[in-house]
Amino acid sequence: MSDDAPARTGKSSASGDVILEMRHITKEFPGVKALDEVDMVVRRGEIHAICGENGAGKSTLMKVLSGLYPLGSYEGEIHFEGELARFHTIRDSEHSGIVIIHQELALIPELSIAENIFLGNEQTHRGSIDWVTTRAKAAQLLERVGLHEDPTTRIKDIGVGKQQLVEIAKALSKDVRLLILDEPTAALNESDSQHLLEIMSGLRQDGVTCIMISHKLNEIEQISDAITIIRDGRTIETLRVHEDGVDENRIIRGMVGRDLGSRFPEHTPDIGEVFFEVKDWRVQHPVRADRLVCKDASFFVRRGEIVGFAGLMGAGRTELMRSVFGRSYGNLLGGTIVKDGQELRLGHVRDAIDAGLAYVTEDRKSLGLNLLDDIKTTTVSAKLSRITEGLVVNEALEFRYAEQYRKELRTKTPDVEEGVAKLSGGNQQKVVLAKWLFTEPDLLILDEPTRGIDVGAKFEIYGIIQRLASEGKGVIVVSSELPELLGLSDRIYTICEGEITGCLDKGEANQESLMRLMTTTTNGRSETPAAS
Amino acid sequence: MNVVRKIFGGDTRQLGMVLALVALIVFFQWKTGGLTLKPDNVNNIIQGNAYILVLAIGMVLVIIAGHIDLSVGSISAFVGIVVAIAIRDWGIPWPLGILLGLALGVLVGIWQGFWVARVGIPAFIVTLAGMLLFRGANQYVGQSTTVPVPTGFRVIGSGALPEVGPSTGYNNLTVLLGIVGCAAIVVGSLRSRTRLTKIGAHVEESWVMWTRLALICAAIMGAMMLIASGRRGFPVSGLILVVLVLVYGFVASKTILGRHIYAVGGNRHAAELSGVKSRAINFFVIANMSTLAALAGMMFVARSTASGPFDGVGWELDAIAAVFIGGAAVTGGVGTVVGSIVGGLVMAVLNNGLQLEGVGADKTQMIKGLVLLIAVAFDVYNKSQGKPSITALLLRNVRGGGGSDDGKAQAESHLDEQNPAEAETRSTSATVGEDR
Repeated sequence: MSDDAPARTGKSSASGDVILEMRHITKEFPGVKALDEVDMVVRRGEIHAICGENGAGKSTLMKVLSGLYPLGSYEGEIHFEGELARFHTIRDSEHSGIVIIHQELALIPELSIAENIFLGNEQTHRGSIDWVTTRAKAAQLLERVGLHEDPTTRIKDIGVGKQQLVEIAKALSKDVRLLILDEPTAALNESDSQHLLEIMSGLRQDGVTCIMISHKLNEIEQISDAITIIRDGRTIETLRVHEDGVDENRIIRGMVGRDLGSRFPEHTPDIGEVFFEVKDWRVQHPVRADRLVCKDASFFVRRGEIVGFAGLMGAGRTELMRSVFGRSYGNLLGGTIVKDGQELRLGHVRDAIDAGLAYVTEDRKSLGLNLLDDIKTTTVSAKLSRITEGLVVNEALEFRYAEQYRKELRTKTPDVEEGVAKLSGGNQQKVVLAKWLFTEPDLLILDEPTRGIDVGAKFEIYGIIQRLASEGKGVIVVSSELPELLGLSDRIYTICEGEITGCLDKGEANQESLMRLMTTTTNGRSETPAAS
Repeated sequence: MNVVRKIFGGDTRQLGMVLALVALIVFFQWKTGGLTLKPDNVNNIIQGNAYILVLAIGMVLVIIAGHIDLSVGSISAFVGIVVAIAIRDWGIPWPLGILLGLALGVLVGIWQGFWVARVGIPAFIVTLAGMLLFRGANQYVGQSTTVPVPTGFRVIGSGALPEVGPSTGYNNLTVLLGIVGCAAIVVGSLRSRTRLTKIGAHVEESWVMWTRLALICAAIMGAMMLIASGRRGFPVSGLILVVLVLVYGFVASKTILGRHIYAVGGNRHAAELSGVKSRAINFFVIANMSTLAALAGMMFVARSTASGPFDGVGWELDAIAAVFIGGAAVTGGVGTVVGSIVGGLVMAVLNNGLQLEGVGADKTQMIKGLVLLIAVAFDVYNKSQGKPSITALLLRNVRGGGGSDDGKAQAESHLDEQNPAEAETRSTSATVGEDR
């Protein structure tokens, strides 16, 4: 207590009451420093936004705060309500009044609103659940968050916007003092988002402090009192909205201002003519028929060209690519694919592979690999017909190809009989690349090709991508890392909420221009699909 | 121990099962005063369990693909009664009866495959329904009576290789079968070794291969000579089983179909994104299982000379137990045909030995239950220790070995212990493409 007193008095005298102070938080994972001496000060009763690119460390910081990463698994100190916080579990932090609402809502669809609100905190009377109290209290809480639903309605029967409100009601039921919202509006439409923001300012008036992680800069600008910007696991700055005169550009500059250096191999593009084109691609969400995940998206790829796709999480990048790749996502409502002057009808992934398309998924472990397989089995798995005689697999050929790709991509492994589960992320990614190169594609779609990979392996993978382009293949790179797209691509499309909102050539693209196009929601002016 | 590992491959599980089988045989041989390895008893074990082992072959594919089939016993009983009645009442010749039975199995398989693959109902439910449905159908068709089958039909259940050629004191065909089998294994091993050497792949030292081949051939010839010295030759049902093991082992490990079955069971989404038609695979394994169940049912009827209303009760559980003892994983993607046969034989020898010892059915069941539990516990323990489990090269090279892969078994344990850094990246990145 005594050692932190000077700092606290110093700050609170200048700027009111501090509810939370995180000091020199450092969190390391094997091989990665996710947080490096992060500092953050939150004042009582404010809405404090945390901004940063994907992977900057925002969620890690919140997990440290909420006790999901227990005391001792990180370095640094957390002071909450003037006391040194020692959270070993989420229960500990909730006990102190800190509640976190994750991006993935933690509600049970088959239970009612009231049951969900009091889940783990059941209102009991002599050991049995007191339903009358449960419902009455739930109704009060719903009133507070402006949700007009019967507390007995089941969660699965209300939309995601209302579910978000139920989460907030649940937090309020726990006597929350600091509410953390991770991307609260990511899955919401415009009006639901606005409603949520109003509820948040209402809570602010009630004295509840909020920390909000968000990518939607316009919302941050609209509602927050302070903004802490995190980049590469470090605190860059904390902006006081009312004092510093913050606007979106100012935030973007803080988020992206970093040195690119020579993180990319030398590459001179040799671009040919357009050979692959997607027109008016329209895709419906597989479950929610009212949601379009791709809204008349059109794009093209030239031979030898590396085309980047920039967009925030949930913008529809992956959905678009998977849908193009043999309709492996959603329901196709309309659109055409033309390759080498011929229209393609790809009803199944098999057709797409046979037509010379390859798709490297963003989720290596759950969608890209069978972790039970070894390297050689994986390498040939997407085009077994290349190594079969009749229906029989020629294991000698299998071995030979696996060896060939291992050498070409310089996969670090004792031999190709090694299980893929044992490889590092970078080497796993090389095996996945090998698997798709083995199909001899003309167009290679790479979704987050360097996610979870260390810098050295990234450099090598960039080299492979550039080499493929030099061989005359078209390459599409989908990435959340803008520097990566800027360093790699010859041309970049931006996607926002399922729409292609822009297309910039290498020369005109920079992080600010991309970020602006990525965050331009065209709600309200959707009849002009802003293709600049 | 290292030498043993080298010879049998590094898979502790399969090696353990083979050793357990040998130990069981030795134990009962001693305990029963030599009754276990009497030719008649060996024949008995084969004939009395061939149908369960046939089921285990189908079941291992189902389980590798990530499903389970509870209906096999009922399907066996249903097909058995229909075939028996067709032969007795409609007067069709018995070979035609067998074809009819197989056709019926295919039809049942199409029915169940439709619900699993097309409609998307979990196989557990579909086959639970099938279990009731076809049990009832058996009793409805046969009006809960027992229907005998003619002598000719009984060949597939209790027939044996006949005596031919000069009198040698042994059953000549059985001895010949053993010699042909050994020759095929030796030639196969040598050919694959040559091919591997040619492409510069790693090959084991030649003494390892020869020692292994010598052991395998000695085992085969020993068994064959033993059987051949008895009153009757190698059982026909055993022959059917051997053929099926060879065919399905080959399909599982060396064909596109087999690769796709492992892929769907290992990671269905990844398989689909690699162009595997998982529906077709699911349809195949379920339909195939029913067809093999039909064959197993007929083999049983042929051996017991009649089809009855309670045939096949509990068979599915015996088959499933064999598969799991044989090293398959409940989560799918792991398992081999030969492993399942070894698993089934462990149960068979145990059953037989306890019977010879006069142990009651009550205790036998308790012992079998414990064996299943211990076998799988052993496996789980090994995985949690992170021991390498390279599937027996031995089994792979006999062409029966399924798509055994170095990483398969222990990769599973890796799935659990997620690297926190990766968990972090994953949670910060919502995978939107996943269906919920």
